[in-house]
This record gives sequence, structure tokens and C-alpha cells, in this order.
Amino acid sequence: MGRYLAIRIGRAALTIVLVVTFAFIVLRLSGDPALMILGPEAPPEVLAAFRKAWGLDDPIWAQYFDYFGAIAKGELGRSMRDGRPAIELVLERIPATLALTLPAFFFKVALGIPAGIYAALHRGSGIDRAVMMTAVAGFTVPSFVLALLLVLVFAVQLGWLPSGGQDSWRHAILPITTLSLGGAAVLARFTRSAMLEVLGQPYIRTASAKGVPWRKVVTSHALPNAAIPTVTILGFMVGTLIAGAVVVESVFAWPGVGRLLVVAVANRDLAVVQCILLLVAMTMVTSNLIVDFLYGFLDPRLRTKGAHA
Amino acid sequence: MRPPLVEVSAISRSYAMRSGMFGRATAVHAVDGVSLTIAKGETLGLVGESGSGKSTTGRIVLGLEPPDSGDVRFEGRPMAAPGTAAWRAQRARMQMIFQDPLGALDRRLPVAVQIREPLDIHGLGTPAEREDRVRELLRAVELTPAHGARYPGALSGGQRQRVVLARALATKPDFLVCDEPVSALDVSIQAQVVNLLCDLQAQLSLTLLFISHDLRVVRQISNVVAVMYLGRIVEIGSADDLFARPEHPYTQALVSASPAPGRRSAGRIVLSGDPPNPAARPNGCAFHPRCPRAVPRCASEVPALLAVGGNRQVACHLVTGAETRDAA
Amino acid sequence: MTQLIAIAGLSVAFSGVPVLRGVDLALQKGEALGLVGESGSGKSVTWLAALGLLPRHAQVAGSVRLDGREILGAPSAELDHVRGGRIAMIFQDPASALNPVLTIRKQLCEALALHRDLSGEAVKAEARRLLDLVGIPDAARRLSAYPHEFSGGQVQRVMIAMALAGNPDLLIADEPTTALDATIQAQILELLSLVRREMGMAMVLISHDLGVVAENCDRVAVMYAGRIVEAAPSNQLFADPVHPYAQGLIGALPPLDGPRRRLTAIPGTVPDPAHMPSGCAYAPRCALAGESCGLAAPTLAPIADDRSVACVRAEASRRAVLGMAAE
Repeated sequence: MGRYLAIRIGRAALTIVLVVTFAFIVLRLSGDPALMILGPEAPPEVLAAFRKAWGLDDPIWAQYFDYFGAIAKGELGRSMRDGRPAIELVLERIPATLALTLPAFFFKVALGIPAGIYAALHRGSGIDRAVMMTAVAGFTVPSFVLALLLVLVFAVQLGWLPSGGQDSWRHAILPITTLSLGGAAVLARFTRSAMLEVLGQPYIRTASAKGVPWRKVVTSHALPNAAIPTVTILGFMVGTLIAGAVVVESVFAWPGVGRLLVVAVANRDLAVVQCILLLVAMTMVTSNLIVDFLYGFLDPRLRTKGAHA
Repeated sequence: MRPPLVEVSAISRSYAMRSGMFGRATAVHAVDGVSLTIAKGETLGLVGESGSGKSTTGRIVLGLEPPDSGDVRFEGRPMAAPGTAAWRAQRARMQMIFQDPLGALDRRLPVAVQIREPLDIHGLGTPAEREDRVRELLRAVELTPAHGARYPGALSGGQRQRVVLARALATKPDFLVCDEPVSALDVSIQAQVVNLLCDLQAQLSLTLLFISHDLRVVRQISNVVAVMYLGRIVEIGSADDLFARPEHPYTQALVSASPAPGRRSAGRIVLSGDPPNPAARPNGCAFHPRCPRAVPRCASEVPALLAVGGNRQVACHLVTGAETRDAA
Repeated sequence: MTQLIAIAGLSVAFSGVPVLRGVDLALQKGEALGLVGESGSGKSVTWLAALGLLPRHAQVAGSVRLDGREILGAPSAELDHVRGGRIAMIFQDPASALNPVLTIRKQLCEALALHRDLSGEAVKAEARRLLDLVGIPDAARRLSAYPHEFSGGQVQRVMIAMALAGNPDLLIADEPTTALDATIQAQILELLSLVRREMGMAMVLISHDLGVVAENCDRVAVMYAGRIVEAAPSNQLFADPVHPYAQGLIGALPPLDGPRRRLTAIPGTVPDPAHMPSGCAYAPRCALAGESCGLAAPTLAPIADDRSVACVRAEASRRAVLGMAAE
């Protein structure tokens, strides 16, 4: 198990380095930040001074190593816009994002997993078909379409809820609903197929054949096995807690990390973008690590190594 | 005795296997010093349980896998280097059929097309001749042209195995390796395919290496039978004689374990212990931990495969006369 | 001997396609019955249907009486008591028949808790005793192991221990040794006959292997295309099969000793359940088939003490023989 974890952690670190490198290259290649921020009319000497101040006139590999050196020291750079440390800008937006994504995560799980289990247990029934149709609709409709649809119905037509902003808890309802529905659909479909797969296994028949009541067959034989694949998708969802709301935050003008990212990209505010990407990569990688650890916990086949000789 | 077509001398093959996900790699000796000769037009049966190395032996004999040491000679000549023209010519003369015909066939092509494929690959005959040959092959395996137009999914298990057989015969091979060809089939269908194999062998004077765990089927089809245990041949002899008078304690147990209608299980030899694990090969005679007659020497010294009269060879200290020395 | 279980007119269809077409079968207390037939003949389905273990969409009809009490379609609480408690079942592929994420102890104790009046330490002690009984060495330690830590033969032993947990009167062994090597098969069969003797348990041994059934059962029923075509004491069936299909099966088995003979293969294949021939399902493959065979499916009729066969032609010839003997 120790070696298993060491390999996973090494791989996680490598993933972060690759993500950051990729972001660095793409951003440097996609346009000159000096021009973007100061505008095309800025005098050449101002541009040159700006570039010198931010180290943009160094060779790209030098910038790359400086950047990594800084990260290693915990310095994530300053925003080119207002000169504040990028990390500060990002951190102050996190609570707003979590205010959407955490409740949404809760609703996804609370809705999606039971719906998937129920559909699997009543395969072919009317409810199964209804759940699956909703689920297919839920994850084929892009979140911005769903968001706009909800705005149209509940804000414009009915006028029950505000269409954007962050003034009260009522403003959070539509964004949370948008996020929850899509995620719940994915989870329901995934849970259903995991459950169906498990229910078709011979050990389920064995359990029934030894007289275990069906309810207990489901809870103590089927669910622990179906949990193994479901944990994968849950881990992915945990990974998107920080940056999974980019589209929704933009549609609902919610001042979270996602919106900050959109604005920073548009402005070529490299330090902020890189800081967010680093954060996203770290949450993703951490959640993957947790998933790997949970696998070991849920599946004894990964825990013990080839004990039968 | 007829001249040998295939001569296998002292082939060995080991794999690195990890125990568990990140365990240390250990060498698994799948095949360990196996020598065989198969006479032209004869069938050699290779029996053994899982992990005995019989399938690996088949793959090495066919050149699908190189041996770590030892060599295989076909008509007295060593196997050509893979990929060369000589190798391709040699390969067209030797074919293999496996247990699972559905896995060996492409579900998206009619079976006649798949039977023709080797002819296309080796460029044999004109297109019209190839079509004729496909019809002839279908007839040879007792299928109709109508069967040829079907997809593998629309055929039964026995019919699929016939298709695989027809395809293997397309290039008119001299040598056929059959790895558990009837194990997945029901008894009545198994008999059809076994009869067919016997007939085709006689008609085409094929030489067969027939690998199976089923003693009955092996006896039915083989002239000579070799019994493998953990990568080694423990006994070899003519089929009828070997099963009637097995000498090696393992062969005796195998024969005794094969249930027969009309015989109650009285007096059966039931071996204790787990099936053999190639990753943890016991010292000395690999069979000694499960052998009801093992003596101390068996745990330390590997018995050599020695002739014991007739054309029988046995690898057992107790049989090859060594037990007298042990007792002294 | 008293009758333990009686199946009458049992039929099963999956979405309208019949796979079991009227099976009659009875088992005495302590008897060992073999059920042979090729894949798709319905030998497993018979018992899965009897125990209510088929998927919900299966249409099941007929009657299954355990000690005279109807259990087909009984409420699930009653069935849960029968399953594992009165009738236990073991399956072909032992490795996938045990739950991979639960320890052996959990799975064994679950069965014990359901069917035996034991608690706490007594359950654990009994679990250890059962593992000992089926020949798992170092039982106390092995209880906390998971299924993947056992070899194929050992997992089948664990399955047998689990089946014995409820002290059943009947064990259904569905191809228990098909996935195992020959020497391990011999071990498992020996173990089965040992526990059967020790516990006075009846057994149904389902197998495609005539030899396995012949050696381990008192009586054998041969199934073909969802029906029983012949039932007889094993020694009689193998020495003198009456139904042409039973004759064919025995002729198709290569002998292990004596002179080699050409196998008498049965031509053709098992009929597709969705397109059953009218009359006797075996007629299209039968060398003896006459015109009458295509008219109506023959019923299983007694031809001698404890022997019955479902064949128009065999019936006629047998009755003639019996009639002459009686005069």
C-alpha cells in the first residue's frame, strides 16, 4: 500500500508540473500581454518598460524557469492589472464559488445516486425510463442553455427569482439548480449502469440463493461493489468544485473564481490565470489521490497483493 | 517408425510475473526443457492441467513465441527468422486452432471471406481458384456454401470451430496445432468435430499437435501422448498403452480422476493439495508435494525423463528404478 | 424413503420464448440425482426457477412442492427461509460466485445468522468448523481472507461450506467442477460425497459430464431442449440407455480404455428455443425418427420400475419387451 501511494503521489506531482507548463506555453504563445493591457496605442517605450517590469522580454525558457522558481518559493506573481498578488485575488473569490459548488455537489449526490440505484433496481419500469430520459437530457443540454432556460422561466416569465448577481441567498438558487441538474444526471446514469453491472454478477445470485432477503442483497452485496466505479465519477466532481462553475458564474454574473478566470484570460493577466490553473490542477490531482486511496479501501483486490501462492 | 516432421529439443521459456500489483517480479518457468518429436502424419497429444505449460509449448512449436533456449526443427531444418520470406513459407505449412472460435473469427465478415483470407495473404491461385478452394474447404468441414455466406454470430459453436478449421486448412498445411479445440463444445458437437479432425487427418495426412486437458478426447485422436506437469514432460508413451498402464504417479492420478460412466468412484486416487503454481515451483520433482508415493530424494533431485521399455519414457525416481538405491 | 421435493409441469419462458417446457422431477430424502444435458437444455433453469432465482421478467408456471408444500410463487419471506435453509445451491464459476469485497467470514456468518439460531462467538466458531469440514487448512486465519486470495478449488470449498451453513436437506450443485482442473475436480467431488454422507443430505448434481454424474449419483435424468427425455438409475442408464438422445450422448463420449471406436456423433445442433420443431424436439437429429415423432411431443412415461422415457418409438419397443416378460 505504501508503494502504491508513493507512485500515485509522484504521478500527481508530475501532472501538476505538466498542467502548469502547458498553461505557461499556451498563454505566452497566444498574444502579448503588454499590448493587451496597455492597448495598441501605447508608446513603444511604455510597452518596453512594462515588458521589462514583468520580465516579458527575457527568453521564454528563462521566463519558464523563473516562473517555476517563484512557484517553488510560494510566489505566484502579481496581477498585471492592479499589481495585487494573484493568489490574494483568487483566494478572495473562492468562498463565492464554493457557495455554489458545495450545495450543488450535495444535491448532485443526493439526487443522482438514489435515482440511479432506483432506476437500476426497477429496470425497464416507467420510472427507470423517466429517470434515464431526464438524465440524457440533463447531460446533453449544455449548462449555459439550461442556465438561460431557467432564467427565462423563473426570472423573466415568472419573476420569482433574480437572474443574476450575488446579493442574497435567492440569487444562488438558479446557479445551484443549473449545476445540480447536470451533475445529478451524469451521476444517475453512471450509478445505474454500475448497479446493473453488479446486479448481473453471479455473487448476487449466490446471496439470493443462500436466503438473504432482497433488500439486504442490495444494501450489503450490490452497493459496496457498485460504489467502486461510482467513486471515480464522484472524485471527478470533487475536482471541479473550484473551477467547475465557469460557465454558470458567467451567465449569472456570480463573482467567483470562474468569472475571475474568464476576465483574466480576456485581459491576458498571466499571473492570475496561472494561479487559477495551478489551483485547479491541485484540486483535481488531490481528488484523484483521494479516489485512489478510496479504491484501496473499497476494493480488497487492490489492497492485498497476490496472497495466494 | 515414420520420419519426424517436427522435432523439439529442450525448449524452455520463462516469463517475469509480478505477484500482486507492485510485488517483486519473479521468473515463472512456463516451459522447462521440453523435447518432443512428432512423426509425419501422426498426432501427438499433450495433456496437463492449467499451468502445465502445454499451451506455451504449442505456441513455441509453431514459432508464435521464441524459446529462451532450445530449438524447434521442421522437416529437419530450424525455424526461419520471423518476418523473412522463408518464415512466411514455413508458416503457411503450419497452422493453429484455438479453443474459442468466436474470438478467432471477425464478427463483421462472412465466414467464407475469412476462409479465403489466408489464400489472399499468401497469394495462392487466381481469384476464381480461391473461390473454388473455399467451397472445397467448406465441404471438407461438412458445411454448405450457404453457411459460408453467414457471419460468425449466426453460426453455432460447432459450426464456428469448423470454419476455423477450414481456414487453417486453406493453405494446405502439413502441421496443425490444436489448442483445446473442442473444450468449449457440448459433448454431441465435440464428437462431430473430433470425428472430423480424425477424418481430415487421414485424408490430408496431417501431422497434429493436439493440446487438451480432456484425457478421453486426447486418447481418441492421438498416437502418442505426453503428460506435462509444471512445464516438464513427466511421461510420454503410445496413447492406448499410456492410459491403460500409467506409470508416473501424476498420470495415474489424472487417469483415475477422469470419471467414467458405469464406474463408481471406489479406489480413486484423489491428490491432496492445490493445483500447481508455476510461480512457486517446488524443488526436486515438481510433483512431490502432492505425490502419494514421494520419497526424500524426490524433494531434492529432479528426475530425468528416461525410457522404461517399449516407447515409454517416465520422469520419476520411483519408476526409473532409482527407488532401489534409495531404499538401500 | 419419503419424497423431499416434487416438481410438476414446470415451464419457463423468457419474453415469450419457452426454455423449459414442462419438467416433472421428484427427489427422495437423501437421494443423489444427476441432471445431464447440453447447454441450453434447461438443467440449471429448472432449479433457478424452482427457487425463484430467475430474473423478474421470466414467466414461470407449474408446481414445486417441498415436503408437500407449494413453494413456487411463495412470498419472498418464505422463499428466503427455503433458500439456503432447506435447499442450498453452489455454482459453476466459484471465483465469481463469491462477493469480492466481503471477507469469507462475513459471507459465511451471513448464512449462519440467517438460518441457524446462533449468536456472537458461536457463529464464528461454527464458521471455523465449516471451513475445517470442507478442508480449508488454517481455517481460523483464512476466515478473514477475501475470495481472490483463494485458489479455484478452495473457493469452491468455501462455497460448499457456505451452502452447508443452513444445514440444508438438499444441495443443488450446478456444474460445480466444470471450471476446475481434473485433479481438483476429483477433490471437490470426493468432498461433496463426504458431506452428503455425513449430513444425510440429498443432492442434485447438474453437469454436462456424463462420467461425473454416473459416478456420483443414484439416479440420472437426461434433459433435452427444456424437457426430461429419460430418467433412470445411473447404472441402468449408462449400461442400457433407451432414449435415442441418451444413447447418442453416451456414444459421443470417447472411451478411456478398451479399443478405440469411431464416436457416434449426433448430427445437427440443439434447436433454437424460439423455433422449436413441432412434436419431439429431438426428432430432426434422431436416426430412429418416424412420421409420428413430428406430430406431438412425447410425454415422460414409465417403462420399468424407476425408469421412464419420453420417446414414442422407445416406448413402443420397451412396452413390447415388458409385455412379453409379464406374460
